[in-house]
Formats: sequence, C-alpha cells, structure tokens
Amino acid sequence: MIKTDVVIIGAGPTGLFCAHQLGIIGLKCEIVDNLDKLGGQCIELYPDKPIYDIPAVPECTGEELTNNLIKQIKPFKFNFHLNDRVQELTNKDDNWIVTTTSGKKFQTPNVVIAGGVGSFEPRKFPTKSAEKFDGTSVLYSIKDKTIFKDKSVAIFGGGDSALDWAIELSNSSKVSLIHRRDEFRGAPASVKKIKELSKKSIINLFTKYSIKDVKGNGTLEEIEIKSEEGESKTIKADYVLGFFGLIMQLGPIADWGLNLDKKTIPVNTENFETNKKGIFAIGDICTYPGKLKLILSGFHEGALAARGCFKYARPNEKYRFEFTTASSTIKNRLGLK
Amino acid sequence: MITCPIFFCAYIKAMAKIRYIEHNGKEHLVEVQNGLTVMEGAVQNDIPGIDADCGGSMSCATCHVYVKEDWYDKLPKKDMGEDDMLDQAYEPNSKSRLSCQIMVSDDLEGLSVYMPEKQV
Repeated sequence: MIKTDVVIIGAGPTGLFCAHQLGIIGLKCEIVDNLDKLGGQCIELYPDKPIYDIPAVPECTGEELTNNLIKQIKPFKFNFHLNDRVQELTNKDDNWIVTTTSGKKFQTPNVVIAGGVGSFEPRKFPTKSAEKFDGTSVLYSIKDKTIFKDKSVAIFGGGDSALDWAIELSNSSKVSLIHRRDEFRGAPASVKKIKELSKKSIINLFTKYSIKDVKGNGTLEEIEIKSEEGESKTIKADYVLGFFGLIMQLGPIADWGLNLDKKTIPVNTENFETNKKGIFAIGDICTYPGKLKLILSGFHEGALAARGCFKYARPNEKYRFEFTTASSTIKNRLGLK
Repeated sequence: MITCPIFFCAYIKAMAKIRYIEHNGKEHLVEVQNGLTVMEGAVQNDIPGIDADCGGSMSCATCHVYVKEDWYDKLPKKDMGEDDMLDQAYEPNSKSRLSCQIMVSDDLEGLSVYMPEKQV
C-alpha cells in the first residue's frame, strides 16, 4: 500500500501541471496512466500538430508541451505508474483506497481525475462472434510474436501497425492483410513493400473488404470477409489481428458513484471537487457552466484543485498562498538555492 | 460582438436544414447555422449518436456519419487525413464522413446524414 497526499489519474498536460501545483504547495502525489508514456492526448493524438493557444507560447507541438511539463515537475521526483489503469476507488475512513488493474494499491485523502475523455483502448472488431476469441486468437496487440510461427494470420487495418506486422510476420506465417479501402495510411515504404509481397504471393492482400464473421468451434478456424457490394470470401485463419487505432473509453470511472453528464463529471468551480468528498475532476473530463476544453483551462483547474487537496491532506494546517518569485520555501521545493 | 440589428438578422437567417437519422430510424430535423459543422449542429441540439470526443480536431472518429450517394458527391471533398481517421471508425464504408469536417452552408440545405450503430 502506497500512502500519498494525492493520486492523479491521467498524465496528460492537465494532470502533469496539477502535479506541479501540488509540488509547489508541498504535497506529494502519485500519477497513474493507462498509456505507456506521459502526455495523454497531446502525445497519443497529435504529437506533431502545432498548438497555438498556450499562454506565452506562440506555437508548440503536443510533444514539446509535454516535454516542458515533465521538465517543470522534475524537481518534485513524483512517481509515475504507466501502463496501468485505476480500476477501483473505495472509501475507508477519511481516505480513498485506489486499486489499479496491475494490483497496485494507494491510500490517499485525495484523488484528482485528469482523465481526458477516458482511457485509450484499442478499437475492437464490430462482429459479435469475435468476442469469444478475444485475447486468445483475436488480438489487438502483439506481446509474443513466436505464437504465430507457421500459422495463418489475418491482419486488419491500413496503418503502420497493420503494415509493419504484416511484413514482419510474413517471414514465418501465412499472412492475409485486409483493409477497407485501396489506400493505406502507413508509411509509403511499407505500402510499397506490402505490394511487392502481395505480387510474389507471400502476402494475400484484400482491399475494400471488412470483417463479416469469425468462425470456429473452440478454436478459431476461419474468417469471413465482405466487400461493400456484399460479396464475401472465406479465409483460413488461426489468429486474427485488428489494428484500428485507439478509442477513448470512460471505463471504470463510470462505476465510482460520481455524478456524470454524458461522458463528463460535473464539478464546482471553487476547487473542482465532484459530488464525492476528496475526488476532484479537472481538464476535458470535468464540466461546469462555461467549461472550455482548452489546455489552459485544465491548468487553471489543476491549480485550484491542488489547493482543494491541501485541506484534506493537511487538515491541521492552514494553507498559505505564496508566489514562486518570492517564497524561499517554494524555491527549496524546486531545489533552487 | 454583433450589434447592428440589420446585420444580425441577416446573420441568423444563414441556416441550413439538416436531417440527422439515428441508427434506429429516429429523425431529427434541425436548422444549423452556416459556418458550423454538421457535428456541431448535432452536439448543440443534443442529438444522440454523435460523440465527437476530440471536439472537432479530426483526432478521433466518433462523429462518423454515412451520407447518401446523391449528397455524398455534392459535399466538398475529404481533406487529407479524414480517410485515415475513418479507418479507425466503427464500420466505415465508402459513404462515410466525419461530420466535424462537413461545414454547413446554404448548399447543404436538406442534407441527410445517417448515424452508425455506435461510435465506439
């Protein structure tokens, strides 16, 4: 059990800056994120796209913004728990017990949900029949490529993941690549390679097809694909891989007894606390009259939520507002002389 | 802000009627202001079936709609990147569009868009 002042759910820009504000006022925090890297939507959705509305930063990319935020909180040496997702929140006295998917447990008086639009998860096949093979022969990521050796593998998708794995696995498996249109969004060099392999019949390429059915008794045997015109084909397959990118799912957050408005959490605008004491929501996931889904609004919300956390983390102390320019206490916390 | 009353009248009149058809067949006919996107028209009128998780930055595929053949060809062509995002939509087909990329104008008067069974 890790004891801390605050657990932040989500390591996007809002979560990272909230951590900074907690550090400034002398609180400790632990940060959990489902992705394998920091930055949230900025890194996952638009690392290279320029952002023009960060105050005093005329232009920066999602990646630059993330790197600067990481640099800004470095002095506080907070722990990050990546590739992990908060699954459960239970109330114990004046604390919350936070449990993650990997089994980590935290005890904390405060939880700050900075979860964006939820956690990123792979988009799955729309076919119902694919569900019963989910995790065994219908996969959305590859952990151990040796399982595909000498097997028939049907790969769906048109991006880099689909193309790279099709090329890689074609060395030792019978690969079929299926994509809904003629164009691929993957790197041009990979597209060229795929076309070469298809010409040599090393890869079976099916464009303008999508999945129709997944068949097998206990183990996967074959799949049926269909064209938009309704023509269908059957392909032998031991494994099916789907690479359709990531979608954002609210996930377990919906089960914590918080008030929800569509996919967002209503909060007060004094300290961004939700209907549950000690649970705060900031950034894209929170809602209140006048809410703007801007990074700068997330920064403001994080700063106020941090002060909200202070009263539960230090019930016997009075919070004193200080400026970073003037306070020697803050300069110590930042490791400055 | 717009203060001139004459200009204001002209401004609010610039609308197009858009028909949103849910997967279950339920129709919503709303007037959407020119300059907004078909996605914004749905969100502002609380029409279910369009999630628009990313808020219109063409970074997700949760405002996916199908456009009937005759209208599909009349719409301004897809920008680079829209088809790439559509690859990641739920059951896309050759008449799929991201509604955040369709700008409403007088030309779109009477447009019908069909929502997929779900967005995620």
